[in-house]
Amino acid sequence: MKLSPQWVRDYVDLTVDDRRLAEDLTNVGIAVEGITGSGADTDFEMEIGTNRPDAMNHYGVAREAAAIYDLPLKPIEPKLTSAAKAASPSGSHGAAGSRALSKQARDTLSKQAGGAASKQTQSTTETVAVGSAPFPITVEEPQLCPRFTGRVIRGTRIKPSPQKIAHRLQLLDQRPISNAVDATNYVLWEIGKPTHVFDLDLLEGGKIIVRKARNGEMLKTLDGVERKLTSEDLVVADAKKPVGLAGVMGGYDTMITEKTRNILIESAWWDPVTIRKASRRHALHTDASHRFERGADFESTVLSCDRVAELILESGGGELVGDVVDVASKKMDQAPVVLRVSEAQRILGGKVDAGEIFRILKKLGFELIPEGQADAQFRVHIPSWRLDVEREIDLIEEIARLHGYDKFENTLPAYSGAVIELPDAAKEATLRQRALALGYNEAVSLTFISHADAEKFSSLSAGAKVLELENPLSEEASVMRTSMIPGMLDMLAWNLNRDTEDVRLFEMGRVYELSATGERIEPRRACLGATLTAVQGSFQQGAVLDVSKGDRAAAAEAFRSFKGDVENLLAAFDSSELIFDRQVAEYFHPGRAARALVEGTVLAQFGQIHPDVAAAQKLRQDVFLAELDLEKLYQRGLRKAQFRTLPKYPAVERDFSFIFADSVSFEEMRKTVNHLRLDELRDFRPVEIFRGGAIDAGKYSILLRSTFQSSERTLREDEVAQWSGKIVAALQALGGTQRA
Amino acid sequence: MAYTVPKLTDYSAAALEHATGECIRSGTAEAASIQNEAELKAFRDRWLARKNGILTQINDSWLKGAPKEAKREAGFRVNELKVRIHELIESTERDYRHRAQIYDRVSSVFVDITLPGIRRPIGAEHPIIRTMNEIVSVFQKLGYSVADGPVVETDYYNFEALNFPPNHPARDTQDTLFIANQQSKPQRERLLLRTHTSPVQIRTMEKMRPPIRIVIPGQVHRNDPPDASHSPMFHQIEGLAVDTNITFGDLKGTLDHAMKALFGSSVKTHFRPSFFPFTEPSAELYVTCFICGGSGKRGSDPCRPCKQTGWIEVLGCGMVDPNVFEFVKDNGYDPKKVSGFAFGMGVDRLALLKYSVDDLQLFFQGDVRFLQQFA
Repeated sequence: MKLSPQWVRDYVDLTVDDRRLAEDLTNVGIAVEGITGSGADTDFEMEIGTNRPDAMNHYGVAREAAAIYDLPLKPIEPKLTSAAKAASPSGSHGAAGSRALSKQARDTLSKQAGGAASKQTQSTTETVAVGSAPFPITVEEPQLCPRFTGRVIRGTRIKPSPQKIAHRLQLLDQRPISNAVDATNYVLWEIGKPTHVFDLDLLEGGKIIVRKARNGEMLKTLDGVERKLTSEDLVVADAKKPVGLAGVMGGYDTMITEKTRNILIESAWWDPVTIRKASRRHALHTDASHRFERGADFESTVLSCDRVAELILESGGGELVGDVVDVASKKMDQAPVVLRVSEAQRILGGKVDAGEIFRILKKLGFELIPEGQADAQFRVHIPSWRLDVEREIDLIEEIARLHGYDKFENTLPAYSGAVIELPDAAKEATLRQRALALGYNEAVSLTFISHADAEKFSSLSAGAKVLELENPLSEEASVMRTSMIPGMLDMLAWNLNRDTEDVRLFEMGRVYELSATGERIEPRRACLGATLTAVQGSFQQGAVLDVSKGDRAAAAEAFRSFKGDVENLLAAFDSSELIFDRQVAEYFHPGRAARALVEGTVLAQFGQIHPDVAAAQKLRQDVFLAELDLEKLYQRGLRKAQFRTLPKYPAVERDFSFIFADSVSFEEMRKTVNHLRLDELRDFRPVEIFRGGAIDAGKYSILLRSTFQSSERTLREDEVAQWSGKIVAALQALGGTQRA
Repeated sequence: MAYTVPKLTDYSAAALEHATGECIRSGTAEAASIQNEAELKAFRDRWLARKNGILTQINDSWLKGAPKEAKREAGFRVNELKVRIHELIESTERDYRHRAQIYDRVSSVFVDITLPGIRRPIGAEHPIIRTMNEIVSVFQKLGYSVADGPVVETDYYNFEALNFPPNHPARDTQDTLFIANQQSKPQRERLLLRTHTSPVQIRTMEKMRPPIRIVIPGQVHRNDPPDASHSPMFHQIEGLAVDTNITFGDLKGTLDHAMKALFGSSVKTHFRPSFFPFTEPSAELYVTCFICGGSGKRGSDPCRPCKQTGWIEVLGCGMVDPNVFEFVKDNGYDPKKVSGFAFGMGVDRLALLKYSVDDLQLFFQGDVRFLQQFA
């Protein structure tokens, strides 16, 4: 929103330059975000909070400036010619004529400028109408339109606005249209009150009715759009048809044209929620709706009406017919607020005194009546334009704002209490540390995925559903992620497509689902991703088991390398014995992926991604993924280090070379040997695997190494031979053939 | 200084002792400084040459010049000296040969120590996570506990209990992403993606009685299409302190301290009035630009991050609005008795500024070339 500092200077005699003014306004919360142009053409780019519609105009900003610099604020007093006297006036001012009128205008004004004036209002019934001349107005919805003020001008000429008006509007990026339309625009930017002008002769039936629209009724608005109305819409209508969408935009068919001679000026106060809903329903955000939905000044309807009339008469001539028509069904006086000096000090820190409080609030238009002993508190009357101020704390904010935030002393509060970490903070930190040490870079991916990916990679609990977005950014990002795999695959592909081959990534985060009972759940997950290049690059020298030639051996070694990383992560936790099986999700390679379980609980699944998935993602090489279920993992404690006495006696190693069928896994051999319960057997592991050559197809050769050691003595040759014999026998029983 | 043979005038036992001692000390020092074969030969010649070697000079000068009664004693001393010098020269030669041998052996296996080391890959912590952890730890040192809450929130926690009434224009500023199929529920139970970490203020106050001090790091979402400075998913850190005596001055002091801890002790803070429905008074906190140091310029170029103002907005804050306390009044948060402050900052933007990253999207692409810059 733009404002002109030159225009602001109409109402307050400022001595500071524009730059300083901008800075000082910003420091009281009337933010000037930028300054463009120079001299009289200087523009302020304003950022005014939604709570301050009163400052979205030049007079409102002038009021703030007057308060900052302690200068008088000049009133706006429309001067209307005595032609107004001609017709018979209506409303409470009766026959008082222009004198009464201008007094009324002054009242409103003096209240704007800081005085307290009471406002005349009309009686209230379900339907409020002022039916006598010059123009009958009926308000059928007094709750939604508590005030409707009108004026009639006859015999005016429509022509371009005077230079000053046109120039000022252009400065604000407003296109000048005609003197009548520009007058309403000018007043909107001057005092913040939206108004509207109708071509009086195009209003059928000679009257105005404020009513709900009928379902299906049509209204072509000023922007040329035909709008279908519903009974939720509030309209300004003539006897036959809607002529304006209340508070949002006027009607096309009754707008001011070059032919217009007679004008009805409308200045109403609309219910903010009604305007906001209408604006949203019709996707029509206007300067008027912006102000009405934030709350316009209830007491400025007459002033704004008069000001528009003044501007039209000045430029186009003509005469006022009758007095202002002011249909008001209720008063909007806010109840006075008690402000305790002690409360201001409790919240702000004891810097401001009663004298300063009085000065600041008075300048902003508040009326303060001291109460209690030694000005301990004030009864504060709120000006009609400050709908945002309703409570004591709102007044305290006004005081702090004008006092200057930076003037309050910086203090540190005393505190005694324990610092509590999130329950799993240490576990998360340990996991992160290990992943980093293993060479995985931490990544953060977006939390949305496509419907298709949600289906493909779903690992939802039984009966659970995906969380769909009502207003997604795109179809590709239409549901909350149910798995971290799609994000990881995207990131791996991103790197491969940029010729980065050696990629290791991990991400920790949440996935989202709606449980069968409709509860939302956000389980924590970790995901590892690595390219084949990276996995192979991290082989340790001497760690290779399978020395056969060909892809199968390479794949086995790559899998083991990645598995080692997963094991290193899980090893941070208290997990007595990890079991691995092949019950993995279908997006994994069925032969090169595994689940890791402890006591029947699945902690992770990992391995090479399914070739079909890799192809669909157009991945340039094989990739390995791991999903860790952190909810399950965090149920286990971190592994506690435990000391064991270092061995004093030498260890003895024995190697056994066997041939087994492919169907026999190492795990079976290990279990079998474990069953022998040889106390001195410290370790049993494979050291070399070979397929091909002299080994029959479907079989493989495996070199197994046993390590024996006692903590009490040096082992004897015959003992070791005896245990070795048992191991050989057990392995033979498993179907193995010992090689010579 | 190389040794020169002095003339002897005093032939007392003590003087002879001193003269021979000086000679041996000088010889030993010379021997120790020998670096190569040529020096070794020069050393030997200088001391042992028949013609004008140091020992010959001593023989000529000291013995021939000796008074009669001292001749015997001087002869004895000079002979002893000759033996010592011969021994010194032999041992020097021996040591030198030994050293030379070792040198020959190892010099053949010297490596080029300037070749690059083999570096095992070390992963990099994500810059946003790192920044978030740094901020959290600053507040932990001030006595703040850590809290968290759900990303998928209800309208109640994200808006209503934070004093955003239904149909209030302030809701528009949040660009909320809503969960589908919620129309059948009452408004306050409808699900959405939290637009800020502030709902956890309410959730924490529901669980814990005052006094409290918490920080809340977490992900939030808004309907902002991704570009160089926007992302529909980003990170915030929320803070909340409630006690019987918390003032606006405490809010300022705490944040001033935190900003100095984060950006350096020379950083200045500046508070400007702002509007948030759940705080009053509300403020925006600016710090002197940590890129240009507050000058608005980088050399002769304008400083872009602070738009030449010398100030960077880092967070929104304010005193907790009494209306917010009303929602948790039953748990000890009577606005007449307690007061508090809250603040919330965007972590991604801070990380962007801190590391001078020019495109927010880089944070979310998982590009190893980017991430490794933080290793």
